[in-house]
Amino acid sequence: MNPWIIAAIIAGVIILLVVFLYNSLIRLRNQVRNSWAQIDVQLKRRSDLIPNLVESVKGYMKHEKTVLENVTRARAAMASAGSMSEKAKASNMLSDTLKSLFAVSENYPQLKANENFLQLQEEITGTENKISYARQHYNDMVMAFNTKIEVFPNNLISKTLDFKQEQPFAATAEERKNVKVSF
Amino acid sequence: MRVMFDEVRGNRFRSWLLCSFFIVLIGVLGAVIGLVYGNIFFGLIVALIFGFLYSLIGFYSGDSMILSMSGARPVTKQEFPYLYHTVEGLAIAAGIPTPKAYVIDDSALNAFATGRDPKHAAITVTTGLLKTMNRQELEGVVAHEMSHIRNYDIRFMMLTAVLIGIVTLLSDFLLRSFLWGGMGRSRRDSKSGGSLTIILIAAGLLLAILSPLIGQLIKLAISRKREFMADANGAILTRYPAGLASALEKIKRDPDPLVDKANKATAHLFISTPFRDSKGFVAKLFATHPPIDERIGRLREM
Repeated sequence: MNPWIIAAIIAGVIILLVVFLYNSLIRLRNQVRNSWAQIDVQLKRRSDLIPNLVESVKGYMKHEKTVLENVTRARAAMASAGSMSEKAKASNMLSDTLKSLFAVSENYPQLKANENFLQLQEEITGTENKISYARQHYNDMVMAFNTKIEVFPNNLISKTLDFKQEQPFAATAEERKNVKVSF
Repeated sequence: MRVMFDEVRGNRFRSWLLCSFFIVLIGVLGAVIGLVYGNIFFGLIVALIFGFLYSLIGFYSGDSMILSMSGARPVTKQEFPYLYHTVEGLAIAAGIPTPKAYVIDDSALNAFATGRDPKHAAITVTTGLLKTMNRQELEGVVAHEMSHIRNYDIRFMMLTAVLIGIVTLLSDFLLRSFLWGGMGRSRRDSKSGGSLTIILIAAGLLLAILSPLIGQLIKLAISRKREFMADANGAILTRYPAGLASALEKIKRDPDPLVDKANKATAHLFISTPFRDSKGFVAKLFATHPPIDERIGRLREM
């Protein structure tokens, strides 16, 4: 057989493989981005619920000003967070402040009897859960994507086509140390 | 994640295999019916067309039939916010669209998932389950059902139920044909010479008796394996196998496990068998679910 034909066949197979890989990387990266959007939706939902919560609690918790202030401050920090790890850190902080707010609310029987408060509590707890599930799914997808672009021979192609590692939704070790919760 | 994508692919393959097996079975049954009535080819074609139409209808309306048969009603967020949020959250964790949530007003502790793909799926739990389980346990149960949906077990189960339905109908028809009109004609045929016809008819009779049974056994064997898979994948979703394990323990201790509106046709859908557990070899062969103790043991070891 003509060596040129063999060379052409090999080149054709390689091109096909590259196209196939490229498409699967794009598909995976879009899935990663879509699962990030899921986290964002839930984060926003939680931030939207907090003013109502603070409003409904305010009247009952006169002696717990700091707890409420912490929640409001954490919500503001969440809104101004830019990078992925900052968002993760702010989100953790907000979760912690909400947890302490709900813990303190146990001391207020009148509050526990308030239908509106109970509904908000269920809504926020549900959203908190959704955030952690969305985060888990996102991080799984990121790991799958990062592994895929790193393994051989995919790394040769992903480097030339400029596929970058995606960031998991997690606070960096440094930031995690800085989180302080005051009860 | 890898494991689950393979699960989906495996189920697609199994679905094709099952369909081809049943198409052959339906074809043979049709041919034998045709033979009884004097025209093999006609019987074959009619059976295949009937099977095709029946499975289309069954496949697309099966979920609503199953839901109404079990007395399930759709859940609003106002009524059971707890369940609603759990279903939404775990759908996010599984990366699939949120399935519709239903409840059955029954004190038994049970749940099932149905539908034809993750876009058209429903999760149903009994009100008894909602009352008895804590948050982790309910999450475990819903995660188990969510895995059935994501792994396309629901599609496979729907297909099997529909195909078994067709085979049972055809076998029934064939048996009746032997009893009534068909018999006379076949006797006339054998007079005109053809011991082959008699052999074929005897084989057909055997087939008519056995084929619904074969279908059931295939379904049950696969169903039991899918339960273990869903337990494992559910644990991956919640990252907390102990939740489902303790849910199963509560289900095991349930003094009244009968779901009033469950029947043999829907039994394999439930998370735990909706009838009383029976022991012995034959009972095991026909069990829709693996022994609950074995499932709890496997979850506790994770």
